[in-house]
Order: sequence, then C-alpha cells, then structure tokens
Amino acid sequence: MSTPKTLYDKIWNDHLVSENEDGTSIIYIDRHLVHEVTSPQAFEGLKIANRSVRKPNFTLATADHNIPTTNRDEGISDPESKLQVDTLEENCKEHGITFLSMSDKRQGIVHIIGPEQGFTQPGMTIVCGDSHTSTHGAFGALAWGIGTSEVEHVLATQTLVQTKAKNMQINIQGELPLGVTAKDIVLKIIQTIGTAGGTGYVIEYTGDAIKSLTMEGRMTVCNMSIEAGARAGLISPDEKTIEYLKGRPFSPAENEYQSASDYWLSLASDDGAAYDKTVNIDASDIIPQVTWGTSPEDVVSIDGLVPNPEDESDETKKKSMIRALEYMGLVPNTPLKEVKVDKVFIGSCTNGRIEDLRAASKIAKDRKVADHVNAIIVPGSGLVKQQAEEEGLDKIFIESGFEWREPGCSMCLAMNADKLKPQERCASTSNRNFEGRQGRGGRTHLMSPAMAAAAAINGKLSDSREI
Amino acid sequence: MEKFKKIESNAIPLPMVNVDTDMIIPKQFLKTIKRTGLGKNLFYELRYDEKDAPIDSFVLNQDKYKDSQILITGKNFGCGSSREHAPWSILDYGIKCIIASSFADIFYNNCFKNGILPIKLDESEVTKLQKAAENSLSFTIDLENQMISYFDKNINHEVSFELDKAKKTSLLEGLDDIGLTLAKDNHISDFENKQKSRTPWLYSQQIK
Repeated sequence: MSTPKTLYDKIWNDHLVSENEDGTSIIYIDRHLVHEVTSPQAFEGLKIANRSVRKPNFTLATADHNIPTTNRDEGISDPESKLQVDTLEENCKEHGITFLSMSDKRQGIVHIIGPEQGFTQPGMTIVCGDSHTSTHGAFGALAWGIGTSEVEHVLATQTLVQTKAKNMQINIQGELPLGVTAKDIVLKIIQTIGTAGGTGYVIEYTGDAIKSLTMEGRMTVCNMSIEAGARAGLISPDEKTIEYLKGRPFSPAENEYQSASDYWLSLASDDGAAYDKTVNIDASDIIPQVTWGTSPEDVVSIDGLVPNPEDESDETKKKSMIRALEYMGLVPNTPLKEVKVDKVFIGSCTNGRIEDLRAASKIAKDRKVADHVNAIIVPGSGLVKQQAEEEGLDKIFIESGFEWREPGCSMCLAMNADKLKPQERCASTSNRNFEGRQGRGGRTHLMSPAMAAAAAINGKLSDSREI
Repeated sequence: MEKFKKIESNAIPLPMVNVDTDMIIPKQFLKTIKRTGLGKNLFYELRYDEKDAPIDSFVLNQDKYKDSQILITGKNFGCGSSREHAPWSILDYGIKCIIASSFADIFYNNCFKNGILPIKLDESEVTKLQKAAENSLSFTIDLENQMISYFDKNINHEVSFELDKAKKTSLLEGLDDIGLTLAKDNHISDFENKQKSRTPWLYSQQIK
C-alpha cells in the first residue's frame, strides 16, 4: 500500500507539470478568477511582451472591489474606479474572457460567485489576485491568493512556479453549541494560532464540528485562513460538497457527474496521513467571538472584557496592545457588551452568502435598528440578493431599518463610497480589523452575521444568543 | 526586472509588528492601472495627517532617511491583502531591501517579482540592526555572498542570511519568470493532454 497522503499532497501531485532543478515546481492552474483591482498591470505586461492568454475559458472575471452598492443605474461616478472597471472589461473582450459586468445578475464578489456558478470544484487548483481566494478550499480545491505578477504568469502560462508548503491540521472536535457559528470557529482558530501561525503551511480543517458545517459555513472558515497566515485552507470533499455543486452552471454535466464525484471523494485525506503540525480545539468551548483590537488575532469571547496591556509580559506585544487600544478608543477591562457601535456592516466574501443573510434576518425580524446606528446589508452577489428577496429577507431588513444594497466588496475594504469616518465604530462581518481598513481612523470589530445584527438592534456589542 | 546588485545605504528603522499591506499602501491608491508612482503614498496614513501634511515624527519624514534603500521592521511584515501595490510602492520610494524576523507569504513572494530582497533574520539580530539603523549607520547588503555588513565604532559587523537558491538567482539575474516557464511549453501541453484524459470534465465546462 502506498503512503497515506493528505488532501493537499494529492492535489499537489495531480498538478505537477515539472520539477525544476532549483527545488521549485511548475504547478498547473485549473481556474483563474480575475477582478478589476489587481489585473490591469498584468494585462499591460502581456501586451508589452506580446503574449496572449493561454486558457481564456479557464478564466472568469468580474468587478467587485471598486464598484458602488447604490444607484447602479447611474454607473460609476468616481473616474478612477470607472477607468479600472472599464479597463477590465476591455481586457476581457480582447482576450476572450467571460466578464460578469455590474449589470449582470450573476455579478458579485469573486469568492462568492466562483462556488455559486460551480466554477469552483474539488481537486482543482484555483488562484486569484486576492488573498481571500482561500475561500474555495471549502470544496477541497487548493486555492490561494497571488500578486499581480503571478496573475500575469497564470494568464500567459496557466501555471505558477511554487515551492510546496507544509501540512497543518486544525481539528475542531465535538459539537458546536447552539448559536455558535463558523465565524466564531475561525476567529477562535486565529486567536489560538495567531496571525502568523499558519505562515508556510496549508491548513486542513478536520473534525466533527467542521463536517457538520454547511458549505457556506465551510467557506467562512477557509476564507479567513489567510488571517491565520496560511495562503490556503482546505476541507476534504464529502457528500455535502457533491450535493452543493449539482446542476450549477459550470459544474460537470450529468453524464460526467458520477465520475467527477468519485474522483472528488478519492481526494479526501487518507487515514493516517502525516501532518507537520496538528492543533486541536474543542468545539464545545467556543462561544460567540468578537475582535477588540487591530489584528484579527485580537479576539475575545463576547462575555469577556477588553484586555489589559498590564497583564502582558512580552514588551513588544504590550506596546502593540497599547497602540491598538488607543486606536480603538477602548479602556482596559471594559465589558465588551458595553461597547457602543455607530455602524454595522453585514456582507463580504467572509459572510455575504444566503445563509449569513438568513442568520442576520432572524435577529432583525420584528425588531428595530437602534436610533444611533447606521446598518447596511451588502449581499455577496446578485444571485444571493435575488434569493434573499425571494425569501422576503430584504423586507425584514428594510422594516428593521437596515439599508439593502447592491452586491460587492463594499465596506470590507472601503474602496468605494462605503466607509467609516474617523473614530466611527463598526460591528462588521468582514475579515480584517486593521487600522484604517474600513476608512481612515475607523474602528472595526469582527464578528458573525447574527452578532452584527444583534449589535445593530442593541446599539452595542451583544451576544446574539440573548436576543 | 532590474538586477539586484550590492546596495549601500543607511536603513529606516520601523520597529512595528504585523505591518499589513493596508498600512503600506491604503486602498484609495489601488485604483491605479499603473505600477509606478506609488512611492509618494507609501505608509500614507502613518506619514501624513488628515490634511495631507507630513507627520514630522514618522521616520520616513526624517531627512536623514530620505534616500534609504533599506527598511528594518518587525515580525510578520506585509500581512493581509495580496496587493502587489505594496512592493510597488516600496520600490517606487527607493527601498530595495527589507529586513525582518518574518514576512507574510504572499508579500514575501511578491517582493522577488519586483527585484526587492526581503531578508529574514532572528529577532535578536533584527533588534541589533534596528539600533544601528537608529544611529543612521551605513549598511552594505551583498546578495551574492548573502552578507549584511556595517561599521559601528570602527568595528566591522557581519551578519549572514539564508535565501532560497531559486529566489537568489532570480534577483541576481533579474529573470523573466514568464519567459522561463514558456520555455517549458511542451511540458505544459503534455500535462494538459494527460489531465484531459484523467479528468475530462475540467475541459468540457461551458458557461450556460
């Protein structure tokens, strides 16, 4: 019998084009997602070198980072943003790449539409000029974010030159308590291993609590692998994966579906496969999590207190805690539940899927957003928006006082008009609480959709289970 | 890509940990369709106040570091977004070498695509170099011999560093990665043929 292999080992081996003398490998890339912000310089590079796109039909493009979430009929008013989106459209036309424009109902955040369209499939290698490409790992696809030079490399060659990463297993054992979500799991993981904990690794998430998650929940976990330092996160494909992909526009045709499914299931990590590192976390210990600082590892449970730098023995850490607390305008030892918020953002590639909107709507139903709070809901794609409207979620949100927006990245990175003002505090379902991330001087607390909705209703950080 | 040769310069001390790419180049500067011209906005929110006036206390605004080609900083440098605008802005400013105890993966990789040398050293070594940088001493970075050297009170200090062979060659020779891969086009075509027979559905996908 051959040596037991991990899912990562198997996908790597199945995509090895050749091994170079210097220890690097050429890895074939099955699918490439392209958006407006990280691609113009790559297309420009192709043009200068007189190169073409090797596999236009393995490439899918959309505009998401830099587009408005209101008044779409009026187009894009910011001339720079408009030029960037127009440039992508022209580049796609020139190279024969499918482009889902702002007026296409399938448009949305790249990491939402890939799975939604069945463009994402188990066993694939998938890249995109965006660090949250790790999201697609939920399907057992090896997916990672790349820079623009590598975008150009993939466009021209459909390959990347890579060095193999190490295998890390994060095992979430046991059953998740009621009202605790995928977001809470991943925040707990980042708190446990730190933002550099996964550097140099591909993380595979295993255990009963992971298996019990829906595909949407698995995407939330894999999405934030990069916040734990890992370029890619993976979950072994199972029956849920196969069921999710059935009948989607890019999914294998009916006559090929069985053989594709058999191959997908064969990719799951073998019993006894060796990992370079294993981390165990007990699911039953997790309660809803929120961040207090300016790094995604600055995580506390909602029933906790703002931490005190005086309790930290490491001088460097203490210094960065003091800086973070000052930036966040927080006083040590304040109960989290007493922290008032000004804005609420529900959306992003982390939590902009239908399940996330359903969770938020359950909290919002028959309640009102606090008077001092401005709360926006930004669906992850046009199809998520449509589905939510069919289920009447938009009405629930609007009646509660939330704004119902058009799909895009929006306030997750605040490249468009959706941003925080200095010192504004936001309960956000996005993935980064860096200084200035949601707008200069803006203060971000990361949490799940249910928790963000609860914060909107109560006007302060709250435990969604108590609503 | 420009070849990386020996560089000699003083170094900018930035003793912060987890510096993310949003901090290196904020989102409002990502709307460009060019690679150039980003240097003036490097570390924008640390460097300028809300009225765009330079913040005197920030290290990049100090005259003595105006022409520095080296940045010495804290662990996990370049974490967060994959934006290559981060190394572009660093290079456009004139920095060609970054020294830290660790780097985030994507940023680290992006540096080599732009002729920037990121050097990983033990934290204690980085701390010593930070001190030397604060005193504005001049450093020599010799990539060929993988050596950092500087004179402090007439004593020559030498610190060697590790680097992956492929990455070193790529910097020294300023190689065109895409050209090198395209030279192996027959391997890629062979792979595609093999993959097409093994997993044919990957090749029959059509947008509906």
